[in-house]
Amino acid sequence: MTDRLRATSSSGIGCKGKERVAAIAGHICPIAGGPGDREGDRGGGGGGGEVSRFDEVSLLAAMASEEVHCAPISAWAKLAQAPEDPILGVTVAYNRDPNPVKLNLGVGAYRTDEGKPYVLHVVRRAEAALVGDRSRNKEYLPIVGLAAFNKLSRALAFGADHPAVLSNRIATVQCLSGTGSLRVGAEFMAQHYHTPVIYVPVPTWGNHNKVFPKAGLKLLTYRYYDPATRGLNFAGMIDDLQAAPDGAVILLHACAHNPTGVDPLPEQWDAIRQVIRAKRQLPFFDSAYQGFASGDLDVDAYSLRSFAADGGEMALAQSFAKNMGLYGERVGALSMVCATPEAARLVEGQLKLVIRPMYSSPPLHGAAIVATVLGDEKLFQEWKVELKGMADRIIDMREKLYQALVARGTPGNWTHILKQIGMFTFTGLNKTQVDFMREKYHVYMTGDGRISMAGLSTSTVPRLANAIDDAVRNVA
Amino acid sequence: MVLSFLNCTSSQTRHRPLTHSSLSSIHSTGRPLISSAACILPEDKEQKGGGDIAVRTVFFFLPLPTMASAQAMPISVWEKLTEAPEDAILGVTVAYNKDPNPVKLNLGVGAYRTDEGKPLVLEVVRQAEARLVADRSRYKEYLPIVGLAAFNKLSKELAFGADHPAVVANRITTVQGLSGTGSLRVGAEFMGQHYHTPIIYVPVPTWGNHNKIFPKAGLKVQSYRYYDPATRGLNFTGMMEDLKAAPDGAIILLHVCAHNPTGVDPLPEQWDAIRQLIRAKGQFPFFDSAYQGFASGDLDADAYALRSFAADGGELALAQSYAKNMGLYGERVGALSMVCATAAAAKLVEGQLKLVIRPMYSSPPLHGAAIVATVLSEEKLLHDWKAELKGMADRIIEMRHKLYDALLQRGTPGDWTHILKQIGMFTFTGLTKPQVDFMREKYHVYMTGDGRISMAGLSTATVPHLVNAIDDAVRNIA
Repeated sequence: MTDRLRATSSSGIGCKGKERVAAIAGHICPIAGGPGDREGDRGGGGGGGEVSRFDEVSLLAAMASEEVHCAPISAWAKLAQAPEDPILGVTVAYNRDPNPVKLNLGVGAYRTDEGKPYVLHVVRRAEAALVGDRSRNKEYLPIVGLAAFNKLSRALAFGADHPAVLSNRIATVQCLSGTGSLRVGAEFMAQHYHTPVIYVPVPTWGNHNKVFPKAGLKLLTYRYYDPATRGLNFAGMIDDLQAAPDGAVILLHACAHNPTGVDPLPEQWDAIRQVIRAKRQLPFFDSAYQGFASGDLDVDAYSLRSFAADGGEMALAQSFAKNMGLYGERVGALSMVCATPEAARLVEGQLKLVIRPMYSSPPLHGAAIVATVLGDEKLFQEWKVELKGMADRIIDMREKLYQALVARGTPGNWTHILKQIGMFTFTGLNKTQVDFMREKYHVYMTGDGRISMAGLSTSTVPRLANAIDDAVRNVA
Repeated sequence: MVLSFLNCTSSQTRHRPLTHSSLSSIHSTGRPLISSAACILPEDKEQKGGGDIAVRTVFFFLPLPTMASAQAMPISVWEKLTEAPEDAILGVTVAYNKDPNPVKLNLGVGAYRTDEGKPLVLEVVRQAEARLVADRSRYKEYLPIVGLAAFNKLSKELAFGADHPAVVANRITTVQGLSGTGSLRVGAEFMGQHYHTPIIYVPVPTWGNHNKIFPKAGLKVQSYRYYDPATRGLNFTGMMEDLKAAPDGAIILLHVCAHNPTGVDPLPEQWDAIRQLIRAKGQFPFFDSAYQGFASGDLDADAYALRSFAADGGELALAQSYAKNMGLYGERVGALSMVCATAAAAKLVEGQLKLVIRPMYSSPPLHGAAIVATVLSEEKLLHDWKAELKGMADRIIEMRHKLYDALLQRGTPGDWTHILKQIGMFTFTGLTKPQVDFMREKYHVYMTGDGRISMAGLSTATVPHLVNAIDDAVRNIA
């Protein structure tokens, strides 16, 4: 029995598994009898039941004393080495770098002019109030999240007086920041939308290309960025939207396009909207920078609000990671603007069926902070001031970097640094130049040449300018 | 439909008809698309180095008598959606909340209540939280994709024991997940993609949400016998038969302790037999641990099954939740641990888990994990936590005794000893659906349709009301 009980690796390779099972079964089944034989078990009750047969007990004891030795072959031995995430991997590499003058311009997280992360004052105040309130508990939120948060988020994005808001046509559910909102929305669409194809701009945030296929949407593209002008390829964009199928889902960055910083003008947005509505395509907005583009929350929501006002439908993934500095708390919301309140209600019910098997319900803390800030007039006003402060500092860095390059006479046209909008500058540096700057200057950015202006400070601008200058002059 | 570009300078304009055929297409309804003109303005600033001319393309709209803007679509693309059913478990609380009756009792979802019927935030949680929030050197930066490192380490040690051979050998990769559900989903989605036999066997019955999570994650769901209604105990024979009949290499879902919804757990000897069989068939155990510390009141005793599987050299997965044992429900704190045959495999698994998490929610939430890490890493807080946890477990056991004694005293027909024997937060009463509905309608007592009641939701004051309801139902409703 000892040999037959010697077991195998959990992958089952080269095992005597069937023999062993026969041995176990042969010992258990005759003793336990068939399914009808439950005499000895009656009255066993809960708690695992009483093992009432002597033979079975002794068998179990004998088996328990046998060590199951498994060979160290893993079910996972043939897994591929996963590549590091191209954006988050920049910070991983930066953290590993022992050089004292390294500069992280990778991920879009705001830094003060001292180069430090920044927790907004209104956030600290809201958080202190929440945590100090012993009448608060940590009960599960509903599947759709914190109701006050949903209402306030919707009002922030669309405007409290927006016709779509007033007519109850918008279903809003709390999700895990922008990514989570995109995933839940996309998974819902893949299941229920008649044309499960999504068009994304070229280029777009890298993670879009991962989220949508996982959710079950086919991923295609439309032209967006024009490297020749470092601006918008508007004609190409319109052409490609026209050529895309009627009814396709169209991903749009609400403002401060990531990674290019190139946004359509209002008039261009109007034209884009006309095409999309004519082709009955479904706009899916990604809003991660409301307030960061111009410094004004309402101005930054122009595109979003105009689409929501024309009677057509749309989706919005809204993030509070950047504009409220809540990055790690994962706070966001998915809003589905529907033609009718009834449709919005049906949509909400189906969204719950996406969320429940994913994580049951969203995390409480960050949403409570947002609801506190947005729900209090004083905190809300102070937030807007802090937000504008962050946006202004980024614009200041743009000015400083531009001036520094001009002062060095660095070859090329650098006005795009001033023109691009939001947290990032799409420098136009190529991969070779990016690698050179990392290796020689310990300046870290994503491989597409995108730098986070939020990661720059007055004292680090000169170093960056030197690095760019060297790269542009000496590296092809 | 005409689209033309105007090339404007300050003093002249020029029309340029656009030749792109795609822009001249008419929408299938025959409505013209847009009419606009483009004005290309030369940049004001001087261009350096003969470089690019930055242009602004400005569009003007010519008024169209037929359609100036897209008409409101009165028909929604979503109008044919079906009405989604309310979640079977969470829907109980929804119904409870809607009930206007002043004397109502919610025994639905497994959330702990004090003897005053109030939610409880653990003192150690309040202390940890206060400290974290007051510390102005703390930031809210993104966690890594795998979550808070200190949390992962401490969670692994809590589950397996800090000195467990698998822990010491670095064979366990642990990633922070969104409580139990999120950990199950990430693990299952990883397996759905990478495991050779993407079929999972769940006990009958099991937590309702298991049956939703696994198919979404790409695993085929099958079942094995578990609960025996005749004995209100474990159908051990049936379980072993079904595991044996299941394919070699299949994934087997196991509740670590305090089985939900039945409260019926295998004995240690039975766990050993289950383990032997699973290992012999090369099956892959996936443990769901939502009640460590709640079953017996002792964290280590409750982890017996888990630790014995992790010690035999075989592999396994663990979804671990802090919702109940640290009362962190709404903060969504949990961890997925993959115990692998080798440290190298564990490393490969971690990399692939990140590829599951990043397109789902990028990285997990900070606050709850920071609370757990604080409590588990400090001797005094850890000690106090265990005392509070035992307090909760003890109160539940006390409610079991009170309910049992009251039913006995009432002379309510039937054998109610299972109330005492079952383990953890729930009692699987054995009440039928008509009886459950009756108790809700007449007594405003809320439980899930399978007759499962949350003992954590009972209090000394509400036991009599529940007993009245059960007694009436058992005597008068089939």
